[in-house]
Amino acid sequence: MATVILPPRHYLNDGYGIASWLFTRDHKRIALLYLAGVTFFFFVGGAFAVLIRLELATPAGDLVSDETYNKLFTMHGVMMVFFFLIPAIPAVLGNFLVPIMIGAKDLAFPKLNLASWYIYMLGAAFTTYAIVTGGLDTGWTFYTPFSTMSSTTKVIPAALGIFVTGFSSILTGLNFIVTIHRMRAPGMTWFRMPLFMWSTYATSLIMVLGTPVIAITILLVAAERVFHFGFFDPTRGGDPILFQHLFWFYSHPAVYIMVLPAMGVISELVAAFCRKQVFGYTFVAFASLGIAVLGFLVWGHHMFVAGQSVYAALVFSILSFLVAIPSAVKVFNWTATMYKGSISWETPMLYAIGFIGLFTIGGLTGLFLASVGLDVHVTDTYFIVAHFHYIMVGGTIMGYLGGLHYWWPKISGRLYNEALAKFSALVIFIGFNLTFFPQFILGYLGMPRRYHAYPPEFQVLNVLSSAGASILGVGYLIPMVYLMWSLRYGRLAGSNPWGAVGLEWTTTSPPPTENFAETPVVTWDAYDYGAPVEGHVA
Amino acid sequence: MWSGTPLFPESASTMASRVDSLYFFLLAVSIFFSLLIAGLIVFYAVKYRRRSPDSVGSEIHGGLVLELTWTIVPFLITMVIFVWGASVFFAMARPPDETLNIYVVGKQWMWKFQHLDGQREIDELHVPVGRPVKLIMTSEDVIHDVFVPAFRIKADVVPGRYTHLWFQSTKPGRYRLFCAEYCGTKHSGMIGEVVVMEPSEYQTWLSGGAAEGSLASAGAKLFRDLACNTCHRPDAQGRGPVLEGLFGKTVTLQNGETLTVDEAYVRESILQPAAKIASGFQPIMPTFQGLVTEEQLLELIEYVKSLHELPQVQPR
Repeated sequence: MATVILPPRHYLNDGYGIASWLFTRDHKRIALLYLAGVTFFFFVGGAFAVLIRLELATPAGDLVSDETYNKLFTMHGVMMVFFFLIPAIPAVLGNFLVPIMIGAKDLAFPKLNLASWYIYMLGAAFTTYAIVTGGLDTGWTFYTPFSTMSSTTKVIPAALGIFVTGFSSILTGLNFIVTIHRMRAPGMTWFRMPLFMWSTYATSLIMVLGTPVIAITILLVAAERVFHFGFFDPTRGGDPILFQHLFWFYSHPAVYIMVLPAMGVISELVAAFCRKQVFGYTFVAFASLGIAVLGFLVWGHHMFVAGQSVYAALVFSILSFLVAIPSAVKVFNWTATMYKGSISWETPMLYAIGFIGLFTIGGLTGLFLASVGLDVHVTDTYFIVAHFHYIMVGGTIMGYLGGLHYWWPKISGRLYNEALAKFSALVIFIGFNLTFFPQFILGYLGMPRRYHAYPPEFQVLNVLSSAGASILGVGYLIPMVYLMWSLRYGRLAGSNPWGAVGLEWTTTSPPPTENFAETPVVTWDAYDYGAPVEGHVA
Repeated sequence: MWSGTPLFPESASTMASRVDSLYFFLLAVSIFFSLLIAGLIVFYAVKYRRRSPDSVGSEIHGGLVLELTWTIVPFLITMVIFVWGASVFFAMARPPDETLNIYVVGKQWMWKFQHLDGQREIDELHVPVGRPVKLIMTSEDVIHDVFVPAFRIKADVVPGRYTHLWFQSTKPGRYRLFCAEYCGTKHSGMIGEVVVMEPSEYQTWLSGGAAEGSLASAGAKLFRDLACNTCHRPDAQGRGPVLEGLFGKTVTLQNGETLTVDEAYVRESILQPAAKIASGFQPIMPTFQGLVTEEQLLELIEYVKSLHELPQVQPR
């Protein structure tokens, strides 16, 4: 192998001062700004989770008061959902990769992209203010009339934070949609795009169409709290259930904002580490769009016990089963991609395999919840908690970490310690399952969620879960260390350390500010491992 | 450490075995597909591991038959689960005709139960074994949720409306009743117990309480105290509709719509009298919003339910 050297000029050495970062319009630098933001909030949210699991190690509410406990799970949810899971993959990996993967110099609106980051940080500042000045105890779901009439905590600043952050989501989505429509390199047709682009596109549609609804809803909550309009107050002719409809109309699609990009990442990883075309490319691409569309029609499955009509429940039930099909199709296609591949077991592939396994369990337990008669027993219990953590943590975070490891050499130009990385992937997988699998059993036993104290017969399973959480926590800290270390001491990666195809691997690592020395002309399909890339004719 | 650690909940209602059967079916489906996927992934990852740094995978792009298979087969399986889940849900949503009705009022952070015979309980609910029981529930403040894991039933308790839950217990015992909808500071303390008793014991228990007479008689007293009886008279001479025999009937409203008189309509007519005026009457009734508690509303409703038609009084 030829000696690898850093390119003389790349986006990281294109200006050094703080202003060169804070006023940058380079999508790659903005991606790193987001990386700093989401990593910070991930560890804040994680710290809340550690305290929750410590409290639940014993049945009595002894470590923190009930008030504090309620604030902990609320702020864990708010931080993780709105400030980590929703922006993580789109705003970090999407921002970095959308222009590069389609052969463009930048996103369509670079200034808007920078504005998105500032809006995100402004929203985070409001919510952080709410946390440090007393916290919030409504649950991340803000159910009325508790949030409007009963809670005495910082609902307004927290709500304002979520309202503001929503705009960053909308603008990022808009930027991706326009970029993917208008800025693809010559020859980069829709069906030559990497599948990560398809899933990012589908995600962007949800961001643009769904986020305004949560913005309005959260404003109504704030207005009701201040002015007592009576939207949700039954004594003024309002309806508390109306809030749930509005909230879940966004917040169910938001689940797909979190998981669709991870699915896109997994398609990239499986293809790259099997060196093989993704099986059924068009089916996987359209499955993303199918999920995005159907995802808007299933919100009522969060309300099967909330008193909606029996027939409404049945309609939401059948639609929820339908949305499971495209997810299943993706899992089968990834598995089939491995057939007769050339499979390497490098760290990103371990994350991809972990994702497929955990997402399968998360998806299958979703069927339990879509099934109305069974949902009645398990909803609002730890079964739900386990299910959505299998999707959010087992799915989204595994996908995010897999993607971060895969593209880290491109982002930083350097390689991390592979042995440590494999070790931490294993620790995360074990820690994750030990944390959340016992919660399925707890849920079917009937342990309700959001309980500060619980009956003693639930203790053993809770202890297992807390033990798992401590392992999981360690698993998340190790990558922080070796990734930071690699920035300075890591071996140079070269432009294509994995031997993968895709435009991002044709440019230098790190890429130049304008991404490509000259605009690429694409004449091949995505994942074309059949022939050498250079001078390749499809 | 493991003794006293159940891994499966107790079953104590007619619904429990139906829910459990569906659960086990889904468990079997889940285990099958999880093992299938995990097995294939591990098998392929080992069998097709990269043997030389330059090797690439085979050129396989897809296959329509496989795609259709793994679209249609999961679809059919989910439709079986859907129909099964729907049938269990119908059974949960439709109580038998003859039920023992008990009123439930949730408030931060306690459960209040009112029996028709007048017994009132807090955080403890006594019921006879084997008899279908229907809970008619509302909340004084925020949303709560009655959840009895041993019965596999759950329903939100929502301010401003009545929700229902029914069960038929199958064996005597004490079963936990949790609040399953987060309701504030002491949410996890909002735990009660359902005490299922043999019918004879239940009768003994019933005769032990009830100092104030039945729920309907308390409602009758309240009806006079609030002077409802000046307008709602049994002889059709009052300014308001005759209430005798009204409950369960269909009434026509001023705008021509019809509705069946149920708990929700009686409640609304007391709190927001102008919302749905029965045809032939003037909207002159004052609101009782803030003047009657949730429990008093239930007494009034029970009183209205107890007013049977008095045919001999009706002039023809």
